[in-house]
Amino acid sequence: MSIIQPENMDRRHFMRHVAASSAMTIPAFHFLNHLNANAAEVRKNQKACVLVWLGGGPPTIDMWDLKPGSKNGGEFKPISTAGDLQISEHMPKIAKQMDSLSVVRSMSTREADHTRGRYYMHTAYVPNPTVIHPSFGSVVSHTLAPQRKSLEIPSFVSIGGGAGSAGFLGMTHAPFVVDSNGQIRNVDSDGTDKRRLEQRLAMWDVVESGFINSDRGDLPQAHKDVYRKAVNLMTSSQMEAFKVAKEDPKIQEAYGNNNFGRGMLMARRLIEVGVPFIEVNLGGWDLHNDVFNTLSNQRLPTLDQGIAALTQDLKSRGMLDDVVIVCMGEFGRTPRINQNVGRDHWASSWSLMIGGGGLNGGIAVGQTDKDGVGIESQSYLPGDVWATVSKAMGIPLNIVHTSKRGRPMKIANGGTPIEELIS
Amino acid sequence: MRALSLILSLAVLQTATLSVRAAETSDYRLKYDTAVVEKIDTLIRQSWEDNEVSPSQAADDITWLRRVYLDTVGHIPPLNVVEEFVKNKDANKYQQAVDTMLDGDSYVNNWTTIWTTLLIGRQTPDRTSREGMQKFLREAFAKDRPWDDVVYDILTAEGHFEENGAVNYLLSQMTMRDEGVQATAKTTRLFLGTQVQCTQCHNHPFNDWQQSQFWEFNSFFRAARRIDHDKIDPNTGQEVDDYSELTTNDFSGPVFFEKRSGLMQVAYPKYFGKDVEFDNGKSRQKVLADAIVSDDNHQMARAMVNRMWGHFFGYGFTRPVDDMGPHNPASHPILLEHLTESFVASDYNMKMLVRWITSSEAYRLSSEFNPKNEMDNPAAGEMPLFSHMYIKSMEAEQLFDSLMVASNASGMNRANYAQAMRQRNEWLQQFVTTFGTDENDEATTFNGSIPQALMMMNGELVDTAVKCDPGTLLHQVVTADEKDSKKVQLLYLAALGRNPSGRDLAAVKKLMQISGNPIMAYQDLYWALLNSNEFIFVR
Repeated sequence: MSIIQPENMDRRHFMRHVAASSAMTIPAFHFLNHLNANAAEVRKNQKACVLVWLGGGPPTIDMWDLKPGSKNGGEFKPISTAGDLQISEHMPKIAKQMDSLSVVRSMSTREADHTRGRYYMHTAYVPNPTVIHPSFGSVVSHTLAPQRKSLEIPSFVSIGGGAGSAGFLGMTHAPFVVDSNGQIRNVDSDGTDKRRLEQRLAMWDVVESGFINSDRGDLPQAHKDVYRKAVNLMTSSQMEAFKVAKEDPKIQEAYGNNNFGRGMLMARRLIEVGVPFIEVNLGGWDLHNDVFNTLSNQRLPTLDQGIAALTQDLKSRGMLDDVVIVCMGEFGRTPRINQNVGRDHWASSWSLMIGGGGLNGGIAVGQTDKDGVGIESQSYLPGDVWATVSKAMGIPLNIVHTSKRGRPMKIANGGTPIEELIS
Repeated sequence: MRALSLILSLAVLQTATLSVRAAETSDYRLKYDTAVVEKIDTLIRQSWEDNEVSPSQAADDITWLRRVYLDTVGHIPPLNVVEEFVKNKDANKYQQAVDTMLDGDSYVNNWTTIWTTLLIGRQTPDRTSREGMQKFLREAFAKDRPWDDVVYDILTAEGHFEENGAVNYLLSQMTMRDEGVQATAKTTRLFLGTQVQCTQCHNHPFNDWQQSQFWEFNSFFRAARRIDHDKIDPNTGQEVDDYSELTTNDFSGPVFFEKRSGLMQVAYPKYFGKDVEFDNGKSRQKVLADAIVSDDNHQMARAMVNRMWGHFFGYGFTRPVDDMGPHNPASHPILLEHLTESFVASDYNMKMLVRWITSSEAYRLSSEFNPKNEMDNPAAGEMPLFSHMYIKSMEAEQLFDSLMVASNASGMNRANYAQAMRQRNEWLQQFVTTFGTDENDEATTFNGSIPQALMMMNGELVDTAVKCDPGTLLHQVVTADEKDSKKVQLLYLAALGRNPSGRDLAAVKKLMQISGNPIMAYQDLYWALLNSNEFIFVR
């Protein structure tokens, strides 16, 4: 199929898009109809996952698994929540939503280097020199994109970057990295009308295909596939989903007037048009120094508002049972408080938050000892978390991917869904 | 957009100039090269035999020229260079082309770019001088300074960040007060091809490196101090950044670290576990630099050779190139040792290393597979056998510079290099994402994904190249007194480094007919060529 006519779209439909994108003004009703149609669809059955990525490694001992009375306890107090567990006093808004959300307190993941930990948590595999494993968002894209024929924009969106790569699943499942401001660079072919774009692409197709047919491996074809997706995007009314500023000001306010809040709101809009995996990046958790002030004044209020708003918003739209929310970083941080009143890298006992998607809410799964340095229950690996997400999203766990070298790899590295969350 | 056109008209990168000096000295250089290159060829052939693969045929001349230009000077060859190369019948024209490049400014620019990115990243860390770093590197590559001297300077430099630009490497690793952890991890990776960062917290999972080794390396950096000077802005009365400098204090004694068991341990300066003399009046960084340059095992040379081979072939002898060690054996250990010894014997001569690699038989091969080397596919995880060239996607900087070459009729002049570099760096920022960690690590979305495709289709760079304004290469070709077939050929040569095929010509003819406007048709053709996979891949 030629790039000029995107997959799953008849020619007249495509021409209408091209015409719309090159016109000076775009009739608003067209988009509204489109979005409404998709929103109705998602209420029926569109599963999705939002990964809130806390880049740098969050001190989960100060967030989800407090240790009052321990030498490692730090400055924060636990508070009661709407669920059957306590969390940090600096996340009061999340506390009110905790009946829908749970915490896994017994993550043990052994990789305490940023790059390796980031890779491990995103892919469920430890880094290996001969194969690049896909981030789980790419796995979801690879699995669900073929079933979402009406989705014209990428099925794995990373708001703020840092979401890893599609690895051996190929560039068409790579995270589409955007800023939370909703401006997608270079998406308008301003000045080039549709006829001209068609002519260019027809000529381009000949050169592109010639190189693909010259036997140089998979990369030339991947280039063409990505261009096809890019043209789809340029001509799609679903691009409206990125425009957070068009949302009701009250809703914008609820999410927070900051990049993270806008990212979370964008995630909801993307879910409504059918995007199955969105990663929202909130960085700045590498708190080797001054951990308590930074958390209470900056990181936690932002996180608290964004997660609580998304949970509440999804709930009120009847979407929460279809959308899993996971909140984690590449590892936790040392229970011991260092000389700079910070916490260092720590992978052997830490917590993450997971909820929605029909998973059990309001519970704490697993437990650490009184100082937070060891695990006193069953411990979990990233593969177990992603297996739980797969289960919630209806993705079969018997999927086996094959690397380019022919090595079979089980989805989520053969992890097991976490019993307490799914039963 | 206006700023960009300005640069195009003032433009940079003057590679088109052929140097007489280079041609005169090339015979001497060829003699010098022969034995080393023959041994490279013999060892590579041996690995083909051992693995029962047959090499692809040699790439044609223009394909080779495009490849060696992109790899050595960081951009496609200008059209006039391509045309001259085709006409040149001298049997030594390949070596001459390399020598010409090595003597030109673009070589200096390209390796300054590559090493600035490696040393301090694409996004300049806080209170680090990118200009200072570039100035130091520019001089190093322009004078062809021995690599061991360059490394020595980078590790031991002290002073003002613009006056002694070499300090910017350590300054960039010391933006957080992390007790030299980041500097330890990065220095061993970059200069010694060794990853010790895992052992910061525990013994290495796959080899016998101990946790203490990380802290022994770390203790070399404990005396380094960054001093940030502020000044009062006379307009606002506010305190603002002035300059930064790197100094050393008299730190002595051991470094303390915590074992997983919670026990505290001490570590003293050691180089790969070997004792070194320290606290004898020399700074700790000098002790490390001395240990590196006097290392009988030549690990710095081996790391550089591996990195350079990886640069030219897309794959080094280990994957990744900076993770060498007993847990990750080299694909061609004898060849790696041969190149390491030769590099040391040449007094760490970078240009010589480039000559050896680019004049090897393997570097000349086509990137097309043949039926007898399909298993030689490192993109699928196989060990590289170098029985054909591996295609690699241009880096963002290579693309920018190549589009400059593809846009400009007159080559480029050196006057506004600094301005062009600033512009390029600004443009690059759209692709850089950071992880927000203490390591200042960053990733790029210039990785073949959708944002890159959108930038090519709709961004200002290609737009400028296809505008057909006076002074552009497209304008020059289109308005030349030539037949249409010649014009089409020139555009293919300029963008792709090849002549159009029959299929291409048929498509161009159709495009001309539909378009009705010849200039617009040429614009559309050039747009198509610049957007193709064949353009963006170094092949």
